[in-house]
Amino acid sequence: MDYLALYITLKLALVTTAFLLILAAPVAYFLAFTRFWGKSFVEALIYLPMALPPTVMGFYLIIIMGPKGWLGGIWGALTGGSLLFTFLGITIASIVYSIPFAVQPMKAAFLKIDRRLLENAYILGLSKRAAFFRVIIPNSVSGIVASAVLVFLHSIGAFGVLLMVGGSIPGVTRVASIAIYEAVEMMNYEAAGLIALSFIPISYFFLILINKLHEVSFR
Amino acid sequence: MTISASFKKKLKYFDLDISFACNNENTMVMIGPSGGGKTTIIRMLAGLDKPDEGQVIFDNEIWFDSSRRINISPQKRRLGYVFQDYNLFPHLNLFDNAAFAAADKKEVEALFDLFKIDHLRKRKPHMVSGGERQRCAICQALARHPRLLLLDEPFSALDVVTRRELREELKKLKNTLSCPIIYVTHDINEALFLADEILPVVEGKNDDNWLQRTITREPGAGGAKGAREPRLALVY
Repeated sequence: MDYLALYITLKLALVTTAFLLILAAPVAYFLAFTRFWGKSFVEALIYLPMALPPTVMGFYLIIIMGPKGWLGGIWGALTGGSLLFTFLGITIASIVYSIPFAVQPMKAAFLKIDRRLLENAYILGLSKRAAFFRVIIPNSVSGIVASAVLVFLHSIGAFGVLLMVGGSIPGVTRVASIAIYEAVEMMNYEAAGLIALSFIPISYFFLILINKLHEVSFR
Repeated sequence: MTISASFKKKLKYFDLDISFACNNENTMVMIGPSGGGKTTIIRMLAGLDKPDEGQVIFDNEIWFDSSRRINISPQKRRLGYVFQDYNLFPHLNLFDNAAFAAADKKEVEALFDLFKIDHLRKRKPHMVSGGERQRCAICQALARHPRLLLLDEPFSALDVVTRRELREELKKLKNTLSCPIIYVTHDINEALFLADEILPVVEGKNDDNWLQRTITREPGAGGAKGAREPRLALVY
């Protein structure tokens, strides 16, 4: 069995989840608590990766991260290396691909918080920043965990985007879903079946976790 | 310590235009029919709403002055504000709620003893009764050493017996406090019981005759509804 591919998949999903939780929290706060002209356009833009075909996403990421793209150009000037076909490259792709799944549940959880609680926090002397950490975050735990689980599950399933940006380099960018595809291509059904089977308990466990969280938050 | 304020603000159904002052150790009760702008006035005192025009002066400190574009944030006004039922943070137990902005945790313990909720300190807000929650909300506001205490219908979500108990506790407490208290209610009995001064507010304006009209049940605008409430309260 291709343990290396499974390892890359889990590593990628964990790194993506950790980064996105930190990245999505201020974005979700911004969407939940501010009002400005054109907000719905900004919001739609943030959710766009959810609506676009993965290959379209992959195509644009190749353009941006390639040696002539702005991100790839900056990276090349700084390090002399390329972003395409590296673990960092697929991590960036995976983060962009999963942004909507991180932002949405968090935003929904933030919106559920009674504004009067925040007003009381301000009256009790808390700055907006302190209120975010002492009132908003602790009262949104279920939404934040839901974000984390969704991002994790979505990342372990990514295929098209990663294949376009990272190719299939064993131990670097070959994730389990690509390994399954290649094994099937080579008629190696036993190898494909083993990796596929290992996904079932992982995904099943996280779905149960999500359900439990819903029960807790609606109690 | 004296708080004096004058406000003008355009609201949906009427224009609010009022000025008043409240001295140290005095309790001013703002009374009037629902939807008359009482809560808006309290929110403007706290800095949560902005008046169109006016000023708020606390002692020599300017909290708000529209002509000089001064507007001190609620964080810096250091006041206590007890709402009807939204003070407590659901993720914290009663003690942590009261100690949320406390200068000294020991004082919270003393307050909990005073309000007889010490045995509930580890309970979350949803696990205790409405009266116990409001007791804790008052502790939370007092533990911050407020320079001004605002109470916006703090007991109106409670049953009559608990409301009376808390009203009496508050009356005892106010003698030990050295800050002005502004209390909002639409219950005349409560107003007469607690007030040193009464400020009737009707449609955003001070209307000294409102109380008279309501008590004597003179037929007139808004009188009939106001008259029924004290009569009902007399039953208990």
